[in-house]
Amino acid sequence: MSKEPVAVTGIGQTAHVAARRDVSLAGLVREAARRALDDAELTWADIDAVVIGKAPDFFEGVMMPELYLADALGAVGKPMLRVHTAGSVGGSTALVAANLVAARVHRTVLTLAFEKQSESNAMWGLSLPIPFQQPLLAGAGGFFAPHVRAYMRRTGAPDTIGSLVAYKDRRNALKNPYAHLHEEDITLEKVQASPMLWDPIRYSETCPSSDGACAMILTDRAGAARAPHPAAWVHGGAMRSEPTLFAGKDFVSPQAGKDCAADVYRQAGITDPRRQLDAVEMYVPFSWYEPMWLENLGFAEEGEGWKLTESGVTELDGDLPVNPSGGVLSTNPIGASGMLRFAEAALQVRGRAGAHQVDGARRALGHAYGGGSQFFAMWLVGAEAPAT
Amino acid sequence: MSEVLTAPLVVEFPFTRSLGPVLSAFLTGLRERTVLGVRASDGRVVVPPTEYDPVTAEEMRELVEVGSSGTVTTWAWNPSPRRGQPLATPFAWVLVRLDGADTALLHALDAAGPDAVRTGMRVRVRWAAERTGAITDIACFEPDDGPAGDGRPAGHRGEFADPVTTLTAPARLDYTYAPGRAQSRYLQALAGHRTVGERCPSCHKVYVPPRGACPTCGVATGTQVEVGPRGTVTTFCIVNIKAKNLDIEVPYVYAHIALDGADLALHARIGGIPYDQVRMGLRVEPVWTEGGRFPDHYRPTGEPDADYDSYKELI
Repeated sequence: MSKEPVAVTGIGQTAHVAARRDVSLAGLVREAARRALDDAELTWADIDAVVIGKAPDFFEGVMMPELYLADALGAVGKPMLRVHTAGSVGGSTALVAANLVAARVHRTVLTLAFEKQSESNAMWGLSLPIPFQQPLLAGAGGFFAPHVRAYMRRTGAPDTIGSLVAYKDRRNALKNPYAHLHEEDITLEKVQASPMLWDPIRYSETCPSSDGACAMILTDRAGAARAPHPAAWVHGGAMRSEPTLFAGKDFVSPQAGKDCAADVYRQAGITDPRRQLDAVEMYVPFSWYEPMWLENLGFAEEGEGWKLTESGVTELDGDLPVNPSGGVLSTNPIGASGMLRFAEAALQVRGRAGAHQVDGARRALGHAYGGGSQFFAMWLVGAEAPAT
Repeated sequence: MSEVLTAPLVVEFPFTRSLGPVLSAFLTGLRERTVLGVRASDGRVVVPPTEYDPVTAEEMRELVEVGSSGTVTTWAWNPSPRRGQPLATPFAWVLVRLDGADTALLHALDAAGPDAVRTGMRVRVRWAAERTGAITDIACFEPDDGPAGDGRPAGHRGEFADPVTTLTAPARLDYTYAPGRAQSRYLQALAGHRTVGERCPSCHKVYVPPRGACPTCGVATGTQVEVGPRGTVTTFCIVNIKAKNLDIEVPYVYAHIALDGADLALHARIGGIPYDQVRMGLRVEPVWTEGGRFPDHYRPTGEPDADYDSYKELI
């Protein structure tokens, strides 16, 4: 029996900011969920199951927050699941929800991811001082910066590429009212003059720390037929994992990322992603990850990703816009960041992305990764229902 | 079999929570010796109040004031109180339905012993002398001889001067950490300034530090292999911001170093060379300080740089 086609008919997110002191965790997730329901013109009673995700419990220190959030998300008396795959969790949460619809377990599922970073301590949550182990010497960016240097050495990319990505994403964020950073006076010179934190990564090439939530309504064909606005259809979705550290691991272009992309393209019948996709929302926590993922996800040959960035292909008006929303570089509520990529890809093919809409977008990729390049999750969404 | 190390591991963090309107009113009320509940869509009064209706999921904002006496609906005796619990002497955990409420609140009951506690007994709040806007403003409950309250709870605006809007929730984990046999062997060798990894019998890769199993092949890595002490800088970054709790002057170089004979890089600081002269391929050796469990840093050996092709698979 074939799978049920899965449609995204509702999308909601909070206006992401550094600190939402006016709401509890319940109030924060409620806001995103309510907006997704409103977009789909549905009520709590129309939802059959709830699938939520966030980063480690240690971030906010609320153990198993899904238990306390059940009534805020209308989950009482319904199945409720929580997914946890570190920074990729927003993506894998959406995929678990999509699979419940595709498998005809449930007809309409609310999926949601969140983080309240202002009330959490990500560094503490991720790097407890373990006895006998050498303390980490470098802070968050210190984990990523050596891999960026390895990419530069491997490809010969000019050292300005990272600043081009940051400049583009911060300008895109100006067109996205939900983005956290709105740097009205951003210039390329300002990015390039910002302090070098973990050489080769500058301050303006790093992601902010945000409070926010993102929610989507996923439904079957019948649900899509009743939806008031165009749906985004899931044409492919996949997850892959690999250990954080092993002999032969390629941090610049992890095998699990390549395999995940290949699986998604196979499901969606994509043979030339560079030509066949109209927009990409990829998880870029530090600017240089754009050219790295362009290669890892098959948009460029190895060593060529930076050329797409340099030539303007990934600009909002370019041939392959990357992160039209402003991306993780402009908004990073960690647990929600992956789902924001998936949701923004869906907004593009629904034609509902507003000022950061890519003209005529018909097919878009949403990408998330996390846990030291350990988990990968992607989906490919289209404006047309998939052929069954 | 070598000795397996263990050590206490205590982690603590004072998490903060934004309360939102309903819990802000509830906790501020406790500070003012007022217990607030919220009325659900079916008319029931929920204490402690929640923000969303457990039946309909609708927002709940109709606050009411309930009594400070109530009835025990069930209980469990706690003979040996632990750190951070409401009372230091043995007490009963109780669910108390306060007069006017339809749900029960969890708290502690100060009673002489389990024989002095029963379901259905009347209890009243014992307020803490110093109240800050927290559930601990109710110090505990105590037995009450008075009759059950009758009236319907009165509406309450939930407005107080100087409302509490956040709370601090300290978290503490206290356990014994054991790094396992492989790490223990590795650490014991390091004590003699030797770096000993383990080889996978299947893919023959040498893991440093060893973890007892090969993450790729999923088999035990039994064979010990001494590596280093010299190695090659495969990649690095220059750290320009001072991390908390780290007594290292910035800028400094944080590098990935593939020790000779190892199949993946470990991470360490580079010293003995200006930070802006460190490069990929630099040959380095460990520098130990008195009493250090790990090398303090690595410094150049003076050998010619390693050829990129010789270490590019180890980056």
